[in-house]
Amino acid sequence: MSLSKEEHIRYNRQIILPDFGTEGQQKLKASKVLVIGAGGLGVPNLQYLTGAGIGTIGIIDFDEISLTNLQRQVLFDTADVGASKAVVAAKRLGQLNPETSFQVYQEQLTAKNAMSIIEQYDLVIDGSDNLPTRYLVNDACVFLGNSLIYGAIFRYEGQLSVFNELQKDGTRGPNYRDLFPTPPPPEMVTSCSEGGVFGALAGIIGAMQANEAIKVLADLGNTLSGRLLLFDSLYFTTRILNVKSNKENPVSGDNPSIFSLIDYEAFCAGPNGNLKDQSLITVSELNALIDAADSPFLLDVRELHEFELSNINSVNIPLSELKNRISEIPEDKSIVVHCRSGQRSQKAIALLKEEGFNQLKNLEGGLLAWKNEIDHTLEVY
Amino acid sequence: MKIEIIAYGIAKDIIDGPSLSMDVVEAVDVGTVRKILLSAYPALKGLASLQLAVNAEYVKDDFVLKENDEVVIIPPVSGG
Repeated sequence: MSLSKEEHIRYNRQIILPDFGTEGQQKLKASKVLVIGAGGLGVPNLQYLTGAGIGTIGIIDFDEISLTNLQRQVLFDTADVGASKAVVAAKRLGQLNPETSFQVYQEQLTAKNAMSIIEQYDLVIDGSDNLPTRYLVNDACVFLGNSLIYGAIFRYEGQLSVFNELQKDGTRGPNYRDLFPTPPPPEMVTSCSEGGVFGALAGIIGAMQANEAIKVLADLGNTLSGRLLLFDSLYFTTRILNVKSNKENPVSGDNPSIFSLIDYEAFCAGPNGNLKDQSLITVSELNALIDAADSPFLLDVRELHEFELSNINSVNIPLSELKNRISEIPEDKSIVVHCRSGQRSQKAIALLKEEGFNQLKNLEGGLLAWKNEIDHTLEVY
Repeated sequence: MKIEIIAYGIAKDIIDGPSLSMDVVEAVDVGTVRKILLSAYPALKGLASLQLAVNAEYVKDDFVLKENDEVVIIPPVSGG
């Protein structure tokens, strides 16, 4: 793939690098990279991969830009709030580098579409924000033989590794399931919207993912394959751990037992957490019940700071405290559990089931649905 | 002998800080340290299936520790 005169100028500062050269640039131009999630990690990845001249970049994100994103997703403007992340990202990035072509997927990555999307790419960046997607992306990359650049952030901390990279001996490097064979119970896993996240940290880990991706594609140096970087930005400590391939890995070990994508929501939800087994109540159904004589006990499992901002006169017990405050929940009433979007309440219901409660309903779509359909003044972000 | 427990992610909340020093008998193995931690911090139960690392390597529970070893707890993190 030859480079134009303008491309030679645009990429000059990396072409003149030792080991990189015109050849490295041509490799990037011939590469196709899929970025999963255009959020805290996805945005810096997209910016540096576009700047570096990757030939084709896929952007998959079903979400819209919200005001709470802008603290760390600095590709977006205030005026973009409400617009599609994937669409706005592709537009901005196209202005940064018209040489790169973009493929936009305004949809959620699922077990149904993952194989057909990922097989079109050479390398995948995981910038997703939940465990089921992380296992899904990992397994799809193992099945398809794609390198996967893993990054994850939590509060002030980040994790980084390179999974399933082709080694010199022809084998593939370790993957996510070698690191975390079984997901912990959902209540032990906190998202950015619950736990918070340091803005520049997202930039640091995302930029390091892009750096690793470019090394893999241009065949430079040594990547983090077989190693896991842990970065604690609050105490400024870094630690690199060696990760080995586990013979018992169900997708890549000696006797694999999983040969195609599975139900990752169920896999990560634990024994009582399967959404299909949980009964749902819609916001309009709940609204009709609220003033009835036998109105349900309303349990809001969001964090206190979210509850204080706006609520629907529920009792607030954050998911993180639920286990220790079980005694505050009546045993003789039906209970409607709710949170922002319905995810934490799903975890809470799994936990309450384990504690013996059975009249449980999850508010479908959470308070975001309540805001959309019942009360527009509710402040939920 | 003294060993150091290093916590990341949610484990940091549970042990109330990024690290703690522990006094253990000579030649204790990682499985025993895991049990001591679980009884001191029952909330770690949710992470009971995690592999622990010592210094820079993931190890099995029969791994024998020596003075000043660092036992590292690394829960998965989902944010992006």
